[in-house]
Amino acid sequence: MPEQTTNDTPVLTLAGARKSFGAVHALLDGRLELRAGEVHGLVGENGAGKSTLVKVLAGVHAPDEGVLALGGQPTVLGGPAGARAAGIAVIYQEPTLFPDLSVTENIFMGRQPLRGLRRIDTAAMRRRTRELFAQLGVQIDPDRPARGLSIADQQLVEIAKALSFDARVLVMDEPTAALSGVEVERLFAVVRSLRESGAAILFISHRFDEVFALCDRVTVMRDGRWVSTDPVAELTVGQVVRRMVGREVSQLYPRQDTQVGDAVLRVRGLTRAGVFDAVSFEVRAGEIVALAGLVGAGRSEVVRAVFGVDRYDSGEVLVDGQRLPRGRLAAAMAAGVALVPEDRRQQGLVMELPIERNVTLTRRWSLSRLGLLGPRVEREDAHRWTRLLQVKVGHLSDPVSTLSGGNQQKVVLAKWLSTNPKVLIVDEPTRGIDVGTKAEVHRLMSQLAGEGVAVLMVSSELPEVLGMADRVLVMHEGRLVEEIARDAADEESVMLAATGQAGRS
Amino acid sequence: MTTATKPAQGASPPRARGDVRGARRLFVIRELGIALALVLLVAVTTISNSRFLSAQSRKDLMLGATILVVLAVGQTIVVITRNVDLSVGSVLGLSAFATGKLFLAMPDAPIVLAILAGVGLGVLCGAVNGALIAIARVPALVVTLGTLYVFRGLDYSWAAGQQINAADMPSGFKRMGTAVVLGVPVLALFAVAVLLIAGFYLRSYRSGREMYAIGSDPDAARLSGIPVGWRVFTAMTVSGALAGLAGVLYAARFGTLDAAAGTSIELNVVAAVVVGGVAIFGGSGSVYGAALGAVLLSTMGAALPVLRIDPFWQQAVVGSLILAAIGLDRALTARIARRLRGRRARGA
Repeated sequence: MPEQTTNDTPVLTLAGARKSFGAVHALLDGRLELRAGEVHGLVGENGAGKSTLVKVLAGVHAPDEGVLALGGQPTVLGGPAGARAAGIAVIYQEPTLFPDLSVTENIFMGRQPLRGLRRIDTAAMRRRTRELFAQLGVQIDPDRPARGLSIADQQLVEIAKALSFDARVLVMDEPTAALSGVEVERLFAVVRSLRESGAAILFISHRFDEVFALCDRVTVMRDGRWVSTDPVAELTVGQVVRRMVGREVSQLYPRQDTQVGDAVLRVRGLTRAGVFDAVSFEVRAGEIVALAGLVGAGRSEVVRAVFGVDRYDSGEVLVDGQRLPRGRLAAAMAAGVALVPEDRRQQGLVMELPIERNVTLTRRWSLSRLGLLGPRVEREDAHRWTRLLQVKVGHLSDPVSTLSGGNQQKVVLAKWLSTNPKVLIVDEPTRGIDVGTKAEVHRLMSQLAGEGVAVLMVSSELPEVLGMADRVLVMHEGRLVEEIARDAADEESVMLAATGQAGRS
Repeated sequence: MTTATKPAQGASPPRARGDVRGARRLFVIRELGIALALVLLVAVTTISNSRFLSAQSRKDLMLGATILVVLAVGQTIVVITRNVDLSVGSVLGLSAFATGKLFLAMPDAPIVLAILAGVGLGVLCGAVNGALIAIARVPALVVTLGTLYVFRGLDYSWAAGQQINAADMPSGFKRMGTAVVLGVPVLALFAVAVLLIAGFYLRSYRSGREMYAIGSDPDAARLSGIPVGWRVFTAMTVSGALAGLAGVLYAARFGTLDAAAGTSIELNVVAAVVVGGVAIFGGSGSVYGAALGAVLLSTMGAALPVLRIDPFWQQAVVGSLILAAIGLDRALTARIARRLRGRRARGA
């Protein structure tokens, strides 16, 4: 481990870091200061720029602007190998091990100890692996392949890797997301002992209890910008949450008052082992219900199971009192359910097909005569729907990939609205589209609810959730933890429930 | 000694360490299995016809396997990185014909020069493949399918219908094709040398291990700072070089050459590699297994006629062998996965 430096010299500082991908500004003003012998927490909403900042530290992304300094010296990392040479180790949320290779090889890949003729010294490598594991107090067979290791053990292997090259900075991106209580405790013990030996640790987590238990200082980020850095002793959970969300809910959301009718969609005790657990809710006609929570809380998985894309282990889904057979998408469609998926490029559209084909794809059979689908019928129908949703298209025969993101999303909506659904499920309906189109999508959803459609919306954007929803269902780690009525829902209450802090402040 | 059981997790099976050892043993069994199949095949054929193991026949068997083994070694290095090289047959043809042309132009040229020329030509072809894959980021399957036809086309247009006869070859070169040292043909010694060097390299050198890492998880390889593009380029170039060498060996063995030499041998090579237990999606397998697979396939080609199996059925037998090998791999993988899985990833 590195020798003890005084706590006053920051091991790593990042100032004014910017990173854009095309028109998307992932990071606008990233700042960070890590000191030797501290565990530094980094918190922020989904999309606040945490992961981009991690990738800058890992050398994966070169920042467009800004200075990274190591021990006071401005440094350009120039790739993952450069970051490693500079003593920065990154442990990603999904550990990046080689499943076919042994644990030992995983730890020393690219840096194997050598003997004569530059051959790999396997015996020395295995001996050092044993020493590292002994130091960490874990028992993993150095010769076993990485395949089949639990996430917790994979993370320990990653930590052993960081130890093996005396990392001065250890970045951990949501390391506890997939761990059980015992495993989290063991990880914390390891992190604390690393801190004792003088390493600087950046700890990213959505779980405030962990951040407050483990960290010395906490940096809050919002919308790609640094907000604050404070010693944890001077903070409360409430303060941190306010800084994370800290903006006014805009008044852009048009909500018509509607007659709420009978429950159209009923979900009872829906369970899929390890993904979601006993999820029950109902959505009534004319109502917009938001499903909120953090990324990975299992929201998309639930709606995919409801629609029959994925299977589930137990529970039932009823539409108008009729039970849907599990895992049968066609039956869900026939019952009047539609799902606008999260990833429109991969799941919502066939990017190479013309716009008209994409619009009519859900009604190939109802539009066809004698089993044949005529191009004219298709075009007329597509024309009607694209005009209805005001999609800006050149020619309907152009590939849908030529449209902008917002217009693509409208095509996906057209595709599903044209099936005349009773239940419309939308997963992140406005992700990555511009403000104007966003408002149009919101107006459309309101209008549909006004017409008596039951709308279930998965969204990670709090303003959207609060602006659109009649009721907010909050998921946390696969469970439905809270149901908040429109009047009681605000950013704090939703965020607290989403981070598993409901009932505290 | 450590054990794989973790006291913190009561659920871990107490036999974990033994299971991991067992898992490794299963991998060894994979290669032993091919060797056993080979022994069985030879035994059955010899019982049916004792001349199958006569001195001359043994020599023919070894010569028959030589070229396939050399190509299979190169292919293994490529497949381990999760790529494939379909152009090896065309490179072999080009190199064989170039060797003939060289001796036509310079009958006194030393054999070493011919080998260098063939290997050099192969390096060039492999570098073209590698550059297209690593720089232009086109999948190897597509690139080498293209260059399979391009290289063969170059070969045909160069040859322009010409055939080179054994009589045109210098006698020293032809002697190399038939010479035997201690009962082993000289050409087969080339294959053995290539096999041992490649096996040693892949096992004992950082860049060799990095090839396995790339095939095991390309994204993780990039994140650990492995120069993925450069390593893949190297693998393709080595495969090209070995195909070039195989072309020279082909010329020495057969003497008579036209532009069609080595046509469609690439499928035999891929088959040998798969039968030899190299995972087609990269990351695991060894050149030794692939070489055994090549020997098994070529021996089978010689044995089936002796066993009076209808020639129409021979290809079906080879195909069944490939399917059996893949089935065996799936079964072994599933079994190993079960053994290695301590418990579910999520505690809940």
